[in-house]
Amino acid sequence: MRLTIRILLILLIIAVLSVPFVPHLIYPVFVMKTLCFVLFACAFNLLLGHTGILSFGHAAFFGSGAYITGYFVKYAGFPTDLGLLTGALAAAALGTLFGLLAIRRSGIYLAMITLAMAQLVYFFYLQAPFTGAEDGLQQIPRGTFLGFLDLRSDRTLFYVVAGIVAAGLWLIWRIVHSPFGAVLRAIREHEPRAISLGYPVARYKVMVFTLSAGLSGLAGSLKAIIFQLAALNDAHWHMSGEVILMTLLGGMNTVLGPAAGAVLVSAMTHYFDPFGAWVTVVIGVVFMACVMMFREGIVGKLSKILAPGLREDPPREPAAERPAPTDQ
Amino acid sequence: MRIRTTPITATAAGLMLGLGCATTSWADNGFSDDVVRIGVLTDMSGIYTDLSGEAAVEAVRMAVEDFGGEVHGVPIEVIFADHRNRPDVGASRAREWYDNDGVDMINDLSNSGVANAVAAVAKERRRHAIVNSSSTVGITNDYCSPYATHYTYDAHSLAHGTGASIVEEGGTSWFFLTVDFAFGHGLEEAVSNVVRDAGGQVVGAARHPLDTTDFSSYALQAQASGAEIIGIASTGADAINAINALAEFGVTPSQQPAALLLWFDDVHALGLDTAQGLLLTNAFYWDANDGTREFSERFYERTGRMPNMAHAGNYSSTMHYLNAVEAAGTDDPDAVSEKMRELEINDFFAQGGYIRPNGRMVHDQYMWEVKTPDESEYEYDYMRLVRTISGEDAFQPLEDSTCYLLDE
Repeated sequence: MRLTIRILLILLIIAVLSVPFVPHLIYPVFVMKTLCFVLFACAFNLLLGHTGILSFGHAAFFGSGAYITGYFVKYAGFPTDLGLLTGALAAAALGTLFGLLAIRRSGIYLAMITLAMAQLVYFFYLQAPFTGAEDGLQQIPRGTFLGFLDLRSDRTLFYVVAGIVAAGLWLIWRIVHSPFGAVLRAIREHEPRAISLGYPVARYKVMVFTLSAGLSGLAGSLKAIIFQLAALNDAHWHMSGEVILMTLLGGMNTVLGPAAGAVLVSAMTHYFDPFGAWVTVVIGVVFMACVMMFREGIVGKLSKILAPGLREDPPREPAAERPAPTDQ
Repeated sequence: MRIRTTPITATAAGLMLGLGCATTSWADNGFSDDVVRIGVLTDMSGIYTDLSGEAAVEAVRMAVEDFGGEVHGVPIEVIFADHRNRPDVGASRAREWYDNDGVDMINDLSNSGVANAVAAVAKERRRHAIVNSSSTVGITNDYCSPYATHYTYDAHSLAHGTGASIVEEGGTSWFFLTVDFAFGHGLEEAVSNVVRDAGGQVVGAARHPLDTTDFSSYALQAQASGAEIIGIASTGADAINAINALAEFGVTPSQQPAALLLWFDDVHALGLDTAQGLLLTNAFYWDANDGTREFSERFYERTGRMPNMAHAGNYSSTMHYLNAVEAAGTDDPDAVSEKMRELEINDFFAQGGYIRPNGRMVHDQYMWEVKTPDESEYEYDYMRLVRTISGEDAFQPLEDSTCYLLDE
């Protein structure tokens, strides 16, 4: 059964790589945007799925990545690669800050703290002169990658974006399947026990917050380069909600579940466009149907069908619904 | 976009479309893909749905039907999409339309961020974009190109129209209720300068956060200022809440509110009891003359509502684009752009209107005063004309524009 999954994965990679050659079948810029959301959702899931921390402020990291990259590439003349790195590092630093404050509480209180801090960040971008407020930070040059790849060509950009997203996903996979990832799962399953085993749980949590924020920032940075703009809605709390939606739809106990969720949400908003005002209703109904029919998410359900007994994680209730363990 | 019922048919339709126009090529007759395709990119589900939305699509369809549905024997097609008030969604859809779907012109473009982003894409892809329902002056400055046209109004025409006219009508002391971010600050600053230049004075301003519901303290500050004119430098729900609060606290009618960006639909929502005496600048009012009434009544029959200035602009700009295509005998963007700037616009919307090299359509703007409930004689009889502001006075002087086309 592992073979089936491996073949499916290889087919998927080939399909993604051939997208620039069939622009009329599926539009490459749309796929690039979807890839950004794939990375964003998987990075978010490091916290929600793998550590059991529900952050409601991830738009702050995504938006910061976009704005910081946009600012440095447009105004400071940074090359694109350095700009992306700066955006990701800035988001990671912000993540450390969020983490240090937020992990003092857990469950719904933690979510509210992250939401409050994300709103602070949002209002900073609303007021800061370089962001252009609701006009957005526009006309960010795409520049060159590593000095020789001209990103103005959509095809080159596509492969660069696909490469960076793949590297990001690989990093997430490595984190999850490392001893560090095992400790994260221990924290998720039974935090007092992890503490009693001698793990510095708080430090682990801050660490995973930083990693998740940095990768989310990278996704935002990529989006800013692709569309050559950074806008307020990247940092708005709707974006935090959307990433939770993607993760839950796809399945939060899997590494690739959020990716499937991101693809589904992007595709629905893109292809259901002709419904006009009804599109939000349609997405709502699809979400309800998914939650009712497969609570472990689409990928969770699929992997159950494809490979029963291959589960790495035992099924569990979402973190937010459990009574919060007192860690004070 | 065509109506697609499932993702599978969507894929099939995409495939067919893809095979149909593998590359956008100009056939022998000078028309790409043998069709003139107009895309309406608007807000179908968010805050601007009421100002543009489906009614904007309908206005463009009306223009196409009135034009005869074809130009030089080539059919005209109208498709639409929702930008959901996200610049990235708008830019992505615009790129796809230009690259894949053979769209020749994108119309409406509510939301400043979306409008600027699409103008940038239009410039890069060398296709037309016409902005009707957002106010950003970026279109005719930093993001200008031979392919972007700003048609109905802009922030400059609102500030200069309203500010200068009111001072000339005798309203010399001003107090501002300003929404506290770039849009509000920009509007307040622009109007303040106009007021001072015209000999008026600004006695103060109160800044409120975006999406404020409680305007009581701001209304009282406005009252205490004793200013004759209360300038409302916000839009949408904020402006409506502010006007409501001014009425509730008895600030109006002794002090007169002037809305710097208010729509006909907002007046309808407020009702005449609350909105009476309000001054606003709009490029179009349905009941202005026989031409506007004729259009508006037909529009009302189709959509069940009266058109606002953006809807009228959607219709008029589509008509102008199609006239330019007909005159050019091709939908080649450069030829059409030249004709659009050459032909004069004379219809119910604009008389003697013309498009400047930076894409600004110059036409008269009008300042209106909202009637009292007693003055209103029939349904939708809301406003009376205070004065006409000539396009040359209302819009940004060409020498102030930073558009690169003017340097050549």
